[in-house]
Amino acid sequence: MRKYTPKDNVQAKAYYTDRFWVAPRVPRLDVSEDSHFQSVVKTLTKYIKESYIELDHLVLHIKSQDNIEVLKTLRDTCGYKMCSELSAVDYLAKKGEFEVFYQMHNLDLAKRVRVVCALKPEEAIESITPLFKMANFAEREMFDMFGIVANNHPYLKRILMPDDWSGHPLLKTYPLQGDEAASWYEVDKIFGKEYRDVIGPENRDPAKIDRYDTQRFSRVGYEVPFGADISEGETPKEIEYSKTFMTNYQKESKQLDKRR
Amino acid sequence: MMQVTTKLTPFFENINFERDDKTMVINFGPQHPSAHGQLRLVLELDGEKVVKAYPDIGYLHRGIEKMAENMTYNEFLPTTDRLDYIASTSNNYAYAAAVEKLIGLEVPRRAQVIRTMLLELNRIISHLFFLATHALDVGAMSIFLYTFREREFAMDLMEDYCGARLTHSAVRIGGVPLDLPNGWLEQLEAFLDKMPENIKLYEDLLTQNRIWKMRLEDVGVLSPEDALSWGCTGPMLRGSGIAYDIRKEEPYELYDELSFEIPVSDRCDSYGRYRLYMEEMKQSVRILHQLIPMYKETSTQLMAHAPKYISAPKEDIMTQNYALMQHFVLVTQGMRPPKGEVYMPTESPKGELGFYIKSEGEPYAYRLKCRAPSFFHTGVLQELLVDTYLADVVTIIGSTNIVFGEVDR
Repeated sequence: MRKYTPKDNVQAKAYYTDRFWVAPRVPRLDVSEDSHFQSVVKTLTKYIKESYIELDHLVLHIKSQDNIEVLKTLRDTCGYKMCSELSAVDYLAKKGEFEVFYQMHNLDLAKRVRVVCALKPEEAIESITPLFKMANFAEREMFDMFGIVANNHPYLKRILMPDDWSGHPLLKTYPLQGDEAASWYEVDKIFGKEYRDVIGPENRDPAKIDRYDTQRFSRVGYEVPFGADISEGETPKEIEYSKTFMTNYQKESKQLDKRR
Repeated sequence: MMQVTTKLTPFFENINFERDDKTMVINFGPQHPSAHGQLRLVLELDGEKVVKAYPDIGYLHRGIEKMAENMTYNEFLPTTDRLDYIASTSNNYAYAAAVEKLIGLEVPRRAQVIRTMLLELNRIISHLFFLATHALDVGAMSIFLYTFREREFAMDLMEDYCGARLTHSAVRIGGVPLDLPNGWLEQLEAFLDKMPENIKLYEDLLTQNRIWKMRLEDVGVLSPEDALSWGCTGPMLRGSGIAYDIRKEEPYELYDELSFEIPVSDRCDSYGRYRLYMEEMKQSVRILHQLIPMYKETSTQLMAHAPKYISAPKEDIMTQNYALMQHFVLVTQGMRPPKGEVYMPTESPKGELGFYIKSEGEPYAYRLKCRAPSFFHTGVLQELLVDTYLADVVTIIGSTNIVFGEVDR
């Protein structure tokens, strides 16, 4: 029987876990441990689902619809003038939702609050750009990496990946190695689909060495002309480690010679 | 008029050179020497005035956050070198400190002293690099030669310590891998003794220089409100008159035992930021001077003792069976921090560098978010560049001190 691999989380996993091992948890302190955090929680009581202090920072769980009101109250009433970070965590496989977090910073008291809200994959979250301009870039990155749409964002476009990219890289379902489409991406874009036969799929093996290639590898000691054929009729032999990669480059790839 | 794009005539911004409203769209970068790496800036110009600026990033995107999710904690540490490659140790430290906070590790005092030394040395290296490139962009050529001379001494010190000049990986989770080599402190002292007169040399060349002042004063004015709203940190925030330094306000390592000052400038412009960088270098020298006697008082332990997370010292591994077993498990499987999430802010030379780590108790981080200061400082450009002249664009980019390893990650 073929080994089962989960499709909703294709990331690297521990290859061995003791079956009696239970992961401990970082201690969560009660909010009453810190008087300032207590007052913050008091101000925001009606929005808060859960609150605790984890490793010096207050964590507030709220509903995703309340994000604007909560952050506005934090900024105007509690002195959290800066939103230093904003992003998401993919919990689609475990809980069927994203966790969006806002890392708030009070510069006068040197306190930090993390506002966390759960978001279903089909939902969108309201953009916080009217409150914090840093969200302009940060929400674009969140959209790029997770596909989470921020409503009323002035310019919600991919930021790190190319505009015509498909898929969102930080999702747990995103493959770790380039698939078929990825190996043709640049060929299609630069030359066009009809050149696939001529050029061959992109080589995504950074360690690939073709011993007969005189165009990309220099031969120190016994120099040959650029592009000369030095195979002397030998058929190329497969190098063992390249088997682990998905595309068989030895079989498929063709040189650019025809185009030249 | 929209372009008709086909495979043979792809979309080019520059074809739309003259538009109906008589503004001109130009591409600045991604291969412009003043773009500090791979910044592509699309500028809409009305004459020489910038009407609209759009920073386009992602040309150096390597998916470091994705790599973090698929590497064990120790494996990922050398990757952090590639974030802010001008001051690698500050990234190594920020990451190691976040993991240590998650685990709850106590780092030995000697390791703390060495780490603080390396962090400050990196700050000097980074600030010297800033000054060199910033001055070069603005047109002051000779300062580049002087700052790189001193930077070379500092890099040699780094090389003597860890063997690398750019990608240091000089900090490990739980401590530092090596003790300082013989004679290193004397060399450091010699470097520090020379530094004040060198800083004075740069200041003599620039501070009252008429051209330098004309090019920098009232250029790139960032109001305190905007600095907060855009998430600016470090010298960008302090250059806008807000005195906030994480080393002082949320001290880590030995910063609460050291005496140093936080320079602030309320000029809000590039000149103020330049003065700030100079002052910060002097403060770093002051900190390093204090650290030398502190080092001599410490015991020799370099790595924390936490058998569940950190391998035992080499002697133990070679002599004790149990230490060898634990080492084997840690190397083959990786450490498993407890479940939980942590955000650890540190003051890197560029600003607040923080790692948010979400751990599910597995050897791989469930999510790692690197809060890079340069990312947000690049975002400000779209507002900072509007209504400035084209000639000031490089000044402003230089004074934000962005590094693209960190912006694109």
